[in-house]
Amino acid sequence: MTGVPTTRRPTGSFAVRAARTVRRRSVLSGAMIALTYTAAILAMVPLVLILGYLIVKGAGAISLDFFTQMPRPVGEPGGGMANAIVGTLILVGVASAIGLPVGIGAGLYLAEYRTSRLATLVRFLSDVLNGLPSIVMGIFAWQILVRPFGKFSAMAGGVALGAMMIPLVTRTTEEMVRTVPNTLREAALALGYPQWRVSLTIVLRTALAGIVTGALVAVARIAGETAPLLFTALGNNFWSTSLWEPIAALPLQIFTYANTPYDEWRTLAFGGALVLIAIILIISIVARLVTGRRHAGGGD
Amino acid sequence: MLVAETELMPAAEPSRAPAAPAVSIESLNAWFGSVHAVRGVDLAVGHHEVTAIIGPSGCGKSTLLRCINRMHETVPGARVTGSIRLAGRDMYAPGTNAIAVRRHVGMVFQRPTPFPTMSIRENVAAGLKVLKGSDRPSRSETAEIVERALQRAALWDEVKDRLGAPATGLSGGQQQRLCIARALATEPEVLLLDEPTASLDPISTQRVEELVYELRRDMTVVIVTHNMQQAARVSDRTVFMLAGEMVEVAPTRALFMAPGDPRTEAYITGRFG
Repeated sequence: MTGVPTTRRPTGSFAVRAARTVRRRSVLSGAMIALTYTAAILAMVPLVLILGYLIVKGAGAISLDFFTQMPRPVGEPGGGMANAIVGTLILVGVASAIGLPVGIGAGLYLAEYRTSRLATLVRFLSDVLNGLPSIVMGIFAWQILVRPFGKFSAMAGGVALGAMMIPLVTRTTEEMVRTVPNTLREAALALGYPQWRVSLTIVLRTALAGIVTGALVAVARIAGETAPLLFTALGNNFWSTSLWEPIAALPLQIFTYANTPYDEWRTLAFGGALVLIAIILIISIVARLVTGRRHAGGGD
Repeated sequence: MLVAETELMPAAEPSRAPAAPAVSIESLNAWFGSVHAVRGVDLAVGHHEVTAIIGPSGCGKSTLLRCINRMHETVPGARVTGSIRLAGRDMYAPGTNAIAVRRHVGMVFQRPTPFPTMSIRENVAAGLKVLKGSDRPSRSETAEIVERALQRAALWDEVKDRLGAPATGLSGGQQQRLCIARALATEPEVLLLDEPTASLDPISTQRVEELVYELRRDMTVVIVTHNMQQAARVSDRTVFMLAGEMVEVAPTRALFMAPGDPRTEAYITGRFG
């Protein structure tokens, strides 16, 4: 696009041609900006529509009861999803206990030993794992934790979600650790720090805000997963906080209630979806705040 | 913990011969992969001397410096042969721990490198935290060491009221003096400075130079610099390097007034570099 257009006859002075080029470029530039604006607005439309629809359909189900009451049988009015909310929190907790240490450790390894052959392999496998359909994670957890024990359990669901978290956390940790300037590593080494302490106390601490953000994004991502829970956590209509029993979860409860012909349950499903989105939104906002503080406190 | 932290250089103190130079470099060669960056350097640095290493970019002066605290080998593909003795002890002898060497040889880099997650106080004390057992100072001792290091680095008066503030809030010149204080806190025998004023303004540069001049009372200093005036101002002896080789070493005044090698003369009169 640069230079003098060759298809046009060289009429007029240089100044006239230059003016024409400038005009053409500004028109083109304007058109492109308009296109990107349109694309940006289109990208937000689904989110706004979904949120709006959920609020319209589900807001009616949200009350104190929703958070404190158990599900009730069909026909009985009221009831809530206390067990599913707590269940989701437990599942996310188990998943984090598995996914965060492994993911952060692997990400640190990939960034600090980025050229080793093992790092290349791990990076590749982590990308493959990231692309794996979530239901396959469920099958994996079912195979190792449900079949041998003959019982669905919160543990199996948590493991499936944790396995999903690992590649997400690995990737963001690697990226964040890579942003730590090499001069800091050298400075610490020159002070007599052993390599492992450089990694843990200098590199990891410097990258911590970014890693926390990545971890929260991963938590938000898995909190709404349904497929890996279908034949692991299974769902539970009763109150249970045991790791070795089937457990209720918001996405499962939504799935179950939305598939019924009963209006009350379907309203509850919409309410559950709204709460789930609210949880994810809150986590994302916290992640944003953590990142924001890092930028403000950087000063470098 | 994977690293067996054996004590540095066995039988160190008793056998130290008073006549041994602070740093004695013998037929030192250093490579980056297949690039031969330092070629057969022999150099003895006296106690309480400031030695400047000058030379054009890429002449191997920083690499030579980084061999003196075994930092060169931390770069993938890097290799060193020859020997460097620190007060008589061979720091490249088999079984010698590079980490222990670095606790005796401090280093300050071209750009200030304060640890961004640490306060001013924590930065200065950073090198003390990795000391073991009885070497590790108590809390009150640490406070004293931090104050002394900051005073010696001529930074105390500027930061004494905000030791808990983040180190990244300091100006560039202050950050560099903080890094010097950090290096001083562990009482190194030798201090290596790798173009310490390259990223500083003239006033900050002057302060660092004055500091280097003062430090020779307590330790041996080796400074790499691009700036020949700086070498002339701060050093007792000057080394001129070219293409990985040490061309000449002489008392600073002699080297600048009457260089012995035509290549040195060409460089200091500005004919290349």
